[in-house]
Amino acid sequence: MNQKERKIIAIVAAFAVAFGVTPVVNAMHIMEGYLPPKFCILWGVICVPFLVAGYFSIKKTLAENRKSITILAMAGAFIFVLSSLKIPSVTGSCSHMTGTGLGAILFGPAAVSILGIIVLIFQAIMLAHGGLTSLGANTFSMAIAGPLVSYGIYKLCQKMNVNKHVGIFLAAAIGDLFTYCVTSIQLALAYPSANGGVAASAAKFLAVFAPTQLPLAIIEGILSVVIIMGLETYAKSELSGIGFLKRGEN
Amino acid sequence: MAKTKKKVISLLIIAALIAVIPLFTLKGAEFGGSDDAGSKVVSQITGTDYEPWFTPVMETWIGGELPGEIESLLFCVQTGIGVGVLAFFMGRFVERNKKENHENKLV
Repeated sequence: MNQKERKIIAIVAAFAVAFGVTPVVNAMHIMEGYLPPKFCILWGVICVPFLVAGYFSIKKTLAENRKSITILAMAGAFIFVLSSLKIPSVTGSCSHMTGTGLGAILFGPAAVSILGIIVLIFQAIMLAHGGLTSLGANTFSMAIAGPLVSYGIYKLCQKMNVNKHVGIFLAAAIGDLFTYCVTSIQLALAYPSANGGVAASAAKFLAVFAPTQLPLAIIEGILSVVIIMGLETYAKSELSGIGFLKRGEN
Repeated sequence: MAKTKKKVISLLIIAALIAVIPLFTLKGAEFGGSDDAGSKVVSQITGTDYEPWFTPVMETWIGGELPGEIESLLFCVQTGIGVGVLAFFMGRFVERNKKENHENKLV
């Protein structure tokens, strides 16, 4: 990132903070029109610096190594596939995965915000799933908060010398779960319970989302590991290109 | 190589089982979306049926709710785009590897 890019990010971040100081608020696929307008704008503004950082991060990755565009496309496609598959869960309702963990591990959390918002816009317009008004909130939970946690867990596992595949599994699974936790909190902030306030309300939303999402998070972890294993076998040069594999390793 | 293959296959089987088992153990469950379940909790907390203040643009364009079959079509399109891209690049990588191995042998 050069200085000019850094400046731009700093400016939009300051802009977001200035607008975002209203009590910290909102959440994952929230339905269209379900979030009060105030919250829609707030979450949208919070996303902007991340998206700008993501744009520069992708630009930098591609400038360094043109070939990494194939892996980037695959990470995006992985999000497309996983977020379109509605899978039955133990609670008797369906949910879908996020698929953002893989991209976060390969390209860092900032780049995923761009990949994620593409998928969310597609779903909001074509499928009436999620929504344009809740786009900001959904982007924050699925394309920003989840990937950040994934990336953090992956790095932590690396530091602690946990087996790489186990680390990827944990990162993807926990990132997926965290996305839904953020959604619950976002909804709770918009709809605090009459008795008990935000916390009670958050617990209620979590009770709906968490048990449904847990098995799916495990599936997402497994699928992410499988894709990484495939890439490690067949696309070593690309993975070294984006710094995922160190040269000579494996 | 053979070890990786075995690992991948067993992982995929586990993933498929986790996805399918609820369907058989919870007979008669509705399997509605958890996003919809979320909206139910909203009405529960606010005490009234919450009226969304904005309708999805698609529903405005076609003047009604998207028919279920069409919705699954669009979801399939999304899956198709994703799988297409993944499979295309994966196929290229696999072939490239084969070719490289072959060339190495010749040299």
